[in-house]
Amino acid sequence: MTRPLSPRERLGARAVRALNRLSRVLGRGSGTVIGGRAGLVIAPTLLKSLASGRQVVLVSGTNGKTTTTAMVAAGWGGDVATNETGSNMPAGHTAALVATSHERVVLETDERWLGDVVSATSPRIVTLLNLSRDQLDRASEVRQIAERWRQTLRTYEGVVVANANDPLVVYAAELSSHVLWCDVVTPWRSDAVSCPHCTRALDFSSTSWSSTCGFAKPLSLTTTTLPSLVVDGVVVSLQLQMPGAFNESNAAMALTVVSALQVDLGAAAQRMNALSSVADRFALRRLGGQQIRMLLAKNPAGFAALLATLGRENDDVWIAINARVADGRDPSWLYDVPFEVLRGRRVWCFGERRLDLATRLEYAGVDFTVAANDEPPPPTMGVVSLLANYTAFQDWRQRTTA
Amino acid sequence: MIRVALLYPELLGTYGDGGNALVLVERLRRRGIAAQVEVVGINDEVPDASIYVVGGGEDGPQRLATDLLRASTFPARVRDGARVLAVCAGLQILGTHFAVEGNDTFAGLGLVAASSSRGTQRGVGELGVRVGNDVLVGFENHGGVTALGPGLAPLGRVVRGRGNDGALDGYQTDTIWATYAHGPVLAMNPWWCDDILTRVVGEELAPLPSVADELHRERRRALGL
Repeated sequence: MTRPLSPRERLGARAVRALNRLSRVLGRGSGTVIGGRAGLVIAPTLLKSLASGRQVVLVSGTNGKTTTTAMVAAGWGGDVATNETGSNMPAGHTAALVATSHERVVLETDERWLGDVVSATSPRIVTLLNLSRDQLDRASEVRQIAERWRQTLRTYEGVVVANANDPLVVYAAELSSHVLWCDVVTPWRSDAVSCPHCTRALDFSSTSWSSTCGFAKPLSLTTTTLPSLVVDGVVVSLQLQMPGAFNESNAAMALTVVSALQVDLGAAAQRMNALSSVADRFALRRLGGQQIRMLLAKNPAGFAALLATLGRENDDVWIAINARVADGRDPSWLYDVPFEVLRGRRVWCFGERRLDLATRLEYAGVDFTVAANDEPPPPTMGVVSLLANYTAFQDWRQRTTA
Repeated sequence: MIRVALLYPELLGTYGDGGNALVLVERLRRRGIAAQVEVVGINDEVPDASIYVVGGGEDGPQRLATDLLRASTFPARVRDGARVLAVCAGLQILGTHFAVEGNDTFAGLGLVAASSSRGTQRGVGELGVRVGNDVLVGFENHGGVTALGPGLAPLGRVVRGRGNDGALDGYQTDTIWATYAHGPVLAMNPWWCDDILTRVVGEELAPLPSVADELHRERRRALGL
């Protein structure tokens, strides 16, 4: 049963609706942050009251939050409230919960806000995908986030669904009383080379990892060992439309969540298979006569995963890089991306930091063209892949049409 | 063959620090000078090299890297004149001591008279440093304040950002170059990379125009420098 809102909270909720409507009308974005922020100023307990009595699932981690949130919502089925615009801090959560009264709630949650959002929403399930370097000029460094998660989860009494192949995630979740571990493909290990307990080097084999202090990969409930995906003893068939091993990992974790919610896994998998894009990630869009596959990558792990999906053709690739606050203002991370795999292709460099990208590509031995005035070349046959980081991706959603 | 040794990228590679080794090597190769990167992992011996690259890292990895280097041949090699590029945490590691969590002090390698303590707030943002007639541009993100002892020259004067203490950034000796501009600072500053390479190779290098020059000009403009 949902807790009735206090008069102050009702006022806050009305402010959320009014401001978000105004923001949309004025074309100042999708209108979820400003209203939510105002609502929380008027009534700091608003999110807690809105969440009470609902079944809340949180999804956090560096990469895959938005997609996995959509997968959990689809897999769960029925009416589900989510922060589908990707506003993943309490203001966005508040707006999502004001917008509908659905009992089922899935909230993508920024890594740095997980503790606050856990205490505000008392989630049934917290999903921890992965932790890697991202936007380091504004975020705490990645190990500090793991430590904060650990302190949050040691007293949390609900279910944690966590990636057993990411040592930082395991460190964060291991003190929690009820963890469903998932053995999912996690190729990015550059941020978990030294043990979070003893700082000595972690020992990785092809299927496991351990530290000399005894910290080691836990036994998993969900395994993606080919050829089949097994969730809690049930073999599940997945034929995702969205590409890449990382989406299979996201789906495996989403299925583990819905399994814990007592949903039939076969039906849930079918609903997840029907997803073709999430907030234009992986969508096919157009600009003039050019078809463009929209790919969002915000950090080295995300870029590495997407570059691996490009296949062996030698088509041109477009890459757009910005370094605004939401992207992290420091593009140093470009040197952690294995752009060398693009040798043999021509890369068009877009975005406000296209010269940083071009310099990186030059040292990688990749042919590049810096787009003059950020304008695209004349259209070509076929589909070009556009890889863009966060605000550059939003820019290109605006520039293109469905 | 010029060997560029990239030290412990697993620990000291938070901000794309491997980029510095890549840029050093590529700027030699493009001039027809044989060069290669040697990645030195945490279980490897420190090899002989023309220049060592020591990058940035978080507190725990920084301590581990310092202990590994202390136990290796690296300090003796540096005292014997080995060349080193040190950025961010690397700058602190070469010094006498640095601050870690809880305001404890940790002994550095003591190779230069630079001591680092914790500042009241982190220095995060663009960094501009006047070095000779040019400007080094980069990005810093660190909590350290570094004091240089007598006889240790700074790399340059800070014109944007914080560097060591708001006035000076880094340090340099005949064989060591250090800055708080973290990560792939050489990518944005091809002129500085070539200054260092000139010392490493021991001869004047041919000009090497590239898009990196445009990047450097653009970043200077962006900082109003």
